[in-house]
Amino acid sequence: MPIDMSDKTILKIEDLHLNFPIYQGAVHAINGVSLYVDEGEIVGIVGESGSAKSVTAMAALRLLPKGSFRLTNGNITMLGHDILKISEAEMNSLRGNQVAMIFQEPQTALNPTKTIGKQMFKVIQLHTGKKRKEARNLALCLLQDMRINDAEEILQRYPFELSGGMRQRILIGLAFACSPRLLVADEPTTALDVTVQRQVLQLMRAKARKTSTAILFISHDLALVSQFCDRIYVMYAGSIVEEGPTKLVLSAPAHPYTQALVRALPESSTKGQRLESIPGTVPKLTIKQEACSFRERCDHAHDLCVKIPSLVMSGVKTQKAACWLLEKVR
Amino acid sequence: MSFLNVIRKRLVFLVFVMFGVTLITFTISNLIPGDPARLIAGDRATAEIVEKIRNDLGLDRPLYEQYGKYIVGVAQGDLGTSIRTRRPVLEDLKIFFPATLELAIVALMLAIAMGIPLGVASAVWKNKPIDHLVRIISVIGISTPAFWLGLLLIVFFYGKLGIFPGGGRIDQNIAMPQHVTGFLLIDSLIARDFTAFKSVVGHLILPAFTLGFVHLGVVARQVRSAMLEELKQDYIRTARANGVSEFSIVFTEALPNAMIPSITVLGLAVGDLLYGAVLTETVFAWPGMGAYVVSSIQALDFPAVMGFTVVVSLAYVMVNLAVDLIYMMVDPRIRGIS
Ligand SMILES: Nc1ncnc2c1ncn2[C@@H]1O[C@H](COP(=O)(O)OP(=O)(O)OP(=O)(O)O)[C@@H](O)[C@H]1O
Ligand SMILES: [Mg+2]
Repeated sequence: MPIDMSDKTILKIEDLHLNFPIYQGAVHAINGVSLYVDEGEIVGIVGESGSAKSVTAMAALRLLPKGSFRLTNGNITMLGHDILKISEAEMNSLRGNQVAMIFQEPQTALNPTKTIGKQMFKVIQLHTGKKRKEARNLALCLLQDMRINDAEEILQRYPFELSGGMRQRILIGLAFACSPRLLVADEPTTALDVTVQRQVLQLMRAKARKTSTAILFISHDLALVSQFCDRIYVMYAGSIVEEGPTKLVLSAPAHPYTQALVRALPESSTKGQRLESIPGTVPKLTIKQEACSFRERCDHAHDLCVKIPSLVMSGVKTQKAACWLLEKVR
Repeated sequence: MSFLNVIRKRLVFLVFVMFGVTLITFTISNLIPGDPARLIAGDRATAEIVEKIRNDLGLDRPLYEQYGKYIVGVAQGDLGTSIRTRRPVLEDLKIFFPATLELAIVALMLAIAMGIPLGVASAVWKNKPIDHLVRIISVIGISTPAFWLGLLLIVFFYGKLGIFPGGGRIDQNIAMPQHVTGFLLIDSLIARDFTAFKSVVGHLILPAFTLGFVHLGVVARQVRSAMLEELKQDYIRTARANGVSEFSIVFTEALPNAMIPSITVLGLAVGDLLYGAVLTETVFAWPGMGAYVVSSIQALDFPAVMGFTVVVSLAYVMVNLAVDLIYMMVDPRIRGIS
């Protein structure tokens, strides 16, 4: 049953903790993540590899393999449904219909032995109950919106006959088949080369504006996220360390990790200066964190950092960061 | 690669295979001590008579000449004359080969019909009781000798329960349907003789199960590992993200692709089944090539033994050709860009 929440909120994750049991112990992948996506918004999640961006997104759509993980705390609500409680059938009627997801690897994301048309018709017919001919017309429209000119012909092709960029455009087109309220895009362009990347993102944004679909955009590339998103979450080792409107986070990053990321952006480094990279590595996720996870790499680490900081306002109302420095200021 | 190309390649290959197979069997036959002419003539025959028989059979000619003559015959569809039955080997095989083929095909179908569902189930419920059960069945299948399993089944289902016949292809007091294809299942249907059909089915079950049991386990394990591999693929995740149901993911997305690597295993199984039938046939008094070839070996009837080898090798190559063509039909990546 729909849970009471603001109509505008499409996805809401509250204090999620999730680990993967492994031989003798567990990988503590998500350590207290809260986020929300409102109607029509484009929200980014940025963080380096292993920070649990994908796991968070997969958990939200209940796509993690059954039995492989333990969810120890938290709530996920999507369009008024309690994602952790609803049945498999209810979940299936949400996925691909109200919420769609696209992944990093377009090379392998399509069934290799079925034509593009067959795969598209199947999903369209599944959710719309359309006849084959109508499904075909819709598929053609979706492909044309993705600037695929010879759509008729593409429908008869097999995935291996198409380029990565083409496949990703097809997958994005397919994701919009039912005009979903939310599209989760997990590094949709990472596998593509830079020129194709930009084109694909623009097509995706244009289509989302047209269907008023919200996007949860996941990337390790702050530059890309900052161009594309209204709001961003910065993730580090399975927690959110900073959140806020893109402009604010970029102009006045409050968390030392975000500050380092912003300094590393190409445009902020002056000519001839070396690109700054953050020294050190992400902490081992097999040990449950009791301290601030960025402490080891942080220039400002002090006594307080042995405890986990919580997200607090950093001056402006809509911007928050999880750092003891901010607590001291208050 | 086009279908025609594959067929052409395989046919060229076939020539070499037949050449090799006949050469090897011929050589071995002539290395085996024993003189067929003496065997035919009997213990008390004079050296003169033996010599005459040898001359009649052409056994006194140089080996290369004998072989050359044989090869020319094979190319024209003449497998020579059996020393034991005095009939053309091809005529003998026409009677016995369909019996063996019928048994092998039914055994294969049993293995497929039971092996695929078991494999799918054990992949979907990996490490659950059903998976363990399938593993046990596979191990038993692979480690149980066919003749032993056959005897066990006869003792139980024929001896104890009496629900299945103990041997043969059809009840002795039922007339054989008219010979059309040599497959009694088909011939009895053509003759609309349903009593005969029922009897044929009854006679097939135990030997076919015995013969197919090994392959049941092999098929189940192959399908299991191929399914696990497919279910890990990204396109399965895409299907899930698109709201495709778990049932549809297993049966319409993963299984067809998992069958592609399994086709090879099934092709190999056909060859094994033809050879394996020899043993099973002995246990079930099945009048197929098994009994024929065993008697022929005992009688040093080399033309018959070689005929058997030629036919089975031919069947083997044909099955492989079929496997290649099926591959091309089901996998667009092999077919190439359309
Ligand atoms: N099934 C699993 N079992 C054990 N650990 C897992 C499993 N799935 C993910 N993890 C771990 O969870 C952590 C987060 O992984 P995740 O894929 O979400 O990272 P990411 O932020 O998406 O990184 P990337 O940018 O490389 O995609 C990683 O340390 C990963 O090893
Ligand atoms: Mg990822």
